[in-house]
Amino acid sequence: MAATLFSKVWDAHAVRTLPSGQTQLFVGLHLVHEVTTPQAFDMMRQHGWRVAFPERTFATVDHIVPTSSQRRPFLDLMAEEMTTALERNCREAGIKLWAPDNDNQGIVHVIGPELGLTQPGMTIACGDSHTSTHGALGAIAFGIGTSQVRDVLASQCLALDPLKVRRIDISGRLNRGVYAKDVILTIIRRLGVQGGVGFAYEYGGSTIDAMTIDERMTICNMSIEGGARIGYVNPDDTTYAFLRGRRFAPAGDAFDRAVAWWRQMASDRNATYDDHASFDATAIEPTVTWGINPGQSVAVSEPIDADPDDEAFAFMGFRPGQRVSGTRIDVAFIGSCTNGRLSDLEEAARVVRGHHVAPHVKALVVPGSQAVRRAAEARGLHEVFIEAGFEWRGAGCSMCLGMNQDRLEGRQVSASSSNRNFKGRQGSPSGRTLLMSPAMVAAAAIAGEVVDVREMLEAVPA
Amino acid sequence: MSDQPSAISHIEGRALPLRGDELDTDRIMPARFLRAVSFEGLERHLFEDDRAADPGHAFNDPRYAGASILVVNANFGCGSSREHAPQGLVRGGIRAVVGESFSEIFQGNAAMLGLPCFVASHDAVDRLQTLIETTPDVAITADVASGEIAAGTMRIAATLPSALRDGFVSGQWNPTLMLLDRFEEVRGVADRLPYIRGF
Repeated sequence: MAATLFSKVWDAHAVRTLPSGQTQLFVGLHLVHEVTTPQAFDMMRQHGWRVAFPERTFATVDHIVPTSSQRRPFLDLMAEEMTTALERNCREAGIKLWAPDNDNQGIVHVIGPELGLTQPGMTIACGDSHTSTHGALGAIAFGIGTSQVRDVLASQCLALDPLKVRRIDISGRLNRGVYAKDVILTIIRRLGVQGGVGFAYEYGGSTIDAMTIDERMTICNMSIEGGARIGYVNPDDTTYAFLRGRRFAPAGDAFDRAVAWWRQMASDRNATYDDHASFDATAIEPTVTWGINPGQSVAVSEPIDADPDDEAFAFMGFRPGQRVSGTRIDVAFIGSCTNGRLSDLEEAARVVRGHHVAPHVKALVVPGSQAVRRAAEARGLHEVFIEAGFEWRGAGCSMCLGMNQDRLEGRQVSASSSNRNFKGRQGSPSGRTLLMSPAMVAAAAIAGEVVDVREMLEAVPA
Repeated sequence: MSDQPSAISHIEGRALPLRGDELDTDRIMPARFLRAVSFEGLERHLFEDDRAADPGHAFNDPRYAGASILVVNANFGCGSSREHAPQGLVRGGIRAVVGESFSEIFQGNAAMLGLPCFVASHDAVDRLQTLIETTPDVAITADVASGEIAAGTMRIAATLPSALRDGFVSGQWNPTLMLLDRFEEVRGVADRLPYIRGF
């Protein structure tokens, strides 16, 4: 019978139906970081439980790590304490950890795919809502809470209800200056921040087919901002080419056998879906959020819609009918699990090259991983950014969520390539976030205000 | 939070009406309070920034002090998966949440702590919030099995996902022991998965 990737992966990992009616689902890959796990390890100790499959769990530090200097011990004592706790927990349990002094450290959703840990057909769980990112490689990946982290450590399983699947088709070629970020912001704008509750989102269509894995990760990453805990793209030749040769990917003949299995796990051509939505990629423009949730966005060329959310207008200082372009910014942040990969930095650098950050703007580039940082430096991108007046940082989550020292101050306005524009998200209770693509952030940093990146790209060879 | 879950058949107490859609977990528990290796004391930081910005915030209102039932609107708990949000609520004495809708991750995290999230219609939630605002001392009972919320003479129909509901009623809302119960079957699934066998 024709089936979706979601149902095939679910069935392959279902251990049994629990008395509650929920499925006991095996977790093929468990990723942990320093912020949502110390309590889970403590609960394990209280019960005297051992980690059931330590070889299926991998750890890194990303949320709280400083990105200015990553020399140990950190000057931030709590960052040091949380990192030390994770080091001890991993050592005791026999879990592989990439700490800041390791070349592979980085944002958990950047390093999983980078190392080839993330593979098609897997179930992946992590104590972080942006775990949906890994769906870009055809995995069923979702965020969990700390008590569920404990359950995965103890049993490698979770008790879950299956989801419905909504197929989202995006067709056509993106215009110059329009990126994966604009696509997912447009999807969330139309389907709503709650539209995906109860669904896994399967993204497909000619636009997605033509995208790189990095771009697909940006799309899947923000599924949760549309309410969908899971977002995925069926594996294809782009996926297999991405994985070949990566450290934890199968090698030699095993790789060919893996590809055969991965192909089988993709949704069947005549699979049926619980719901369907279609988007025309050619109509998508550079998109910017104006409000306090990721569904409140607008094309940079358009006036802001009327919206019943008075709180959002009052907090952000916008009025219906106003344009976001021309909004003076204080901070420009390029990074995060949404847009902190090499291709994101390349697109931003293309805009930045030969320009300088506006004098009143604090601009920072935070690579998603140490590997991204090294690769960018090998291409000389760090020089482009530094010469333009950007700070060039170490790897981590940084100003996406303001858990380390990188935070907005007061009512500052941030042009940010991250994923959430919630009140207070970037570390200042009254700070304001405008979400946009990395290229748009770069353009805003230079202009000192929100501008249409397409105008700046006119001067750049395609 | 108990390690030995007990049955949760109903929740009784006074309530706290908190209006607004899309109250995300960053607002329930700002990220700087995640800078800790334990959940202790999180109840002191619930909605800390919203409360500072708005003296009239429901969590500042002494009329609702000691409330055990939180009444919210749509998509409550969206955003980050941080369990710190429901941990703060439970540690602050909240035993049930009634709302128009919840994010899946929040609802699942809350269930792991024995905190049922009842879903009722927009209209019913609005009437309940209005009733509590006008009579903060009204005694409320939320019945897990039937989903009925009784507030004074008002009766509201609400629902819980059936598996969570049955888990609360039977006392099996903390699944760890169930997941460990037949561990040989877990090994069996692992042994069949091509990526674990090495293809």
